[in-house]
Amino acid sequence: MIRDITIGQYYPSNSVLHRLDPRVKLIGTFIFIVSLFMFNTLYGYIVVALFLGAVIKLSKVPFRFIARGMKAIVVLMLFMMFFNLFFTPGNTIFELWIIKVTDNGLRQAVFMGIRLIFLILGSSLMTFTTTPNQLTDGLEKIMRPLNHIKVPVHEISMMMSIALRFIPILLEETDKIMKAQMARGADFESGGVLKRAKSLIPLLVPLFVSAFRRANDLAMAMEARCYRGGDGRTKMKPLRYQGKDYAAYACVLVYFAAVIALGIFGDQLF
Amino acid sequence: MEMIKVKDLSFEYIRRDEDGNVESINKAIDSISLEVNKGDFIAVLGANGSGKSTLAKHINAILYPTEGGVWVNGLNTAEDRNLWEIRQTAGMVFQNPDNQIIATVVEEDVGFGPENLGVPTEEIWERVEQSLEAVGMLEFRNSSPNKLSGGQKQRVAIAGIMAMKPQCIVLDEPTAMLDPNGRKEVIATVRELNRRENVTVILITHHMDEVIHADKVFVMERGRVMMEGTPREIFSRVDEIKKYRLDVPQVTELAYELKKAGVDLPDGILTVEELVEAIKRIKSR
Repeated sequence: MIRDITIGQYYPSNSVLHRLDPRVKLIGTFIFIVSLFMFNTLYGYIVVALFLGAVIKLSKVPFRFIARGMKAIVVLMLFMMFFNLFFTPGNTIFELWIIKVTDNGLRQAVFMGIRLIFLILGSSLMTFTTTPNQLTDGLEKIMRPLNHIKVPVHEISMMMSIALRFIPILLEETDKIMKAQMARGADFESGGVLKRAKSLIPLLVPLFVSAFRRANDLAMAMEARCYRGGDGRTKMKPLRYQGKDYAAYACVLVYFAAVIALGIFGDQLF
Repeated sequence: MEMIKVKDLSFEYIRRDEDGNVESINKAIDSISLEVNKGDFIAVLGANGSGKSTLAKHINAILYPTEGGVWVNGLNTAEDRNLWEIRQTAGMVFQNPDNQIIATVVEEDVGFGPENLGVPTEEIWERVEQSLEAVGMLEFRNSSPNKLSGGQKQRVAIAGIMAMKPQCIVLDEPTAMLDPNGRKEVIATVRELNRRENVTVILITHHMDEVIHADKVFVMERGRVMMEGTPREIFSRVDEIKKYRLDVPQVTELAYELKKAGVDLPDGILTVEELVEAIKRIKSR
């Protein structure tokens, strides 16, 4: 069940989106996330949905695969919607004992929920279409200027790519340990919050031990392959902008301009 | 000149308590001397805790000798400035295939070594293709390592080392976590590399059937080399091998028991075919 989490995984395919320069995708995703908070009208949501739909279509990642990843954040989403629903001041439309639902609250809850879904969809689409190595290569190149103020850019990006590579392995291991503990009578599903949290200890301890052992092994394997930091390293797949990358930048900018325009003039438009 | 020379090597794991006082000293390697020639296929056998992995880590300069010395292609592993050249000359493959694959795509992982060495981009691509071809994994170049079987992952790891163009590969129990099929796959790949590319191979293992094709076998126990010779020489001494908590291949053991029971068989039979031949000869007499 835990393997259902697809956020952060790479989905191999050969779409246009997969072949784009990772820097385009990183900056594009950033702009997309910013754009989500630039408007507050229904039309804005429609534009974003259309844009996102087109990008998903282009990526050739099956929607079912993407949707599976969403399950993992349902709890977070309900939590956020709950607070928005009950704690936003406004005109009361429904009242029961101390619970009050206001029109603003309802509106906020629904829109924030949709925004969150868009946000997760957009950013997970980036990881679906970009290998972690490309992703960190992109980040490294974008953040290269920070090297001048002594930020270890290469080391950070290497750590990120390794973390991403080990997510599925550690998830699988969690699943395995869980089953092993369940076979010995461990109960992860019943009881109150506190009891459930406590029952996670026999899961987390072996997981951490194994993660440290893996880290140790990996460090040794990397050193054995002459890894010695970013200096003097060459790239197998160096990043160079091509025509389609500039075209993609143009698309993103047009989209961004449209959203901003809707944010400013959306109310008067219709 | 010999590829690897180990002279009077000793290594101690020192365990300290919280105040830094020495609690116990565990001598993992106890004055070993051995030499490996270029192009050889060497196997090091030993039960758990015999010090065979510790020896392997010395060849790659991951561990440094407490006493004595190790020379790889004439370079002393104890000298820091030789470090990277040694690691490039003697590549190392580890036990757990998952913990030595760095990238999420097979070809990117194979490219990791050459990238570290500062090889120009076009040459990296050539090397990646050649090494994947050499281990028979070229068709999986765009796959995710998570989707491969254990044997395939281990072959990718070997390709990752081959891409660094080493003269010698040290394999530290590469098959310990694999199923019988994966084991055969990996051993066949290693033998092929040894034969075709003339790479010196040092195979650390405790599986007897993997060493029958080696040029020379070393048997280790408690940090010492106890036996040394061709597989046939080693496996003629069944009783001695058992003393070191090791097994002999099933056929060898059968032949040995038959001989003890009075059947006239030669010493050190290694394969089923050999045994069949030997028995046929007896019957035709």
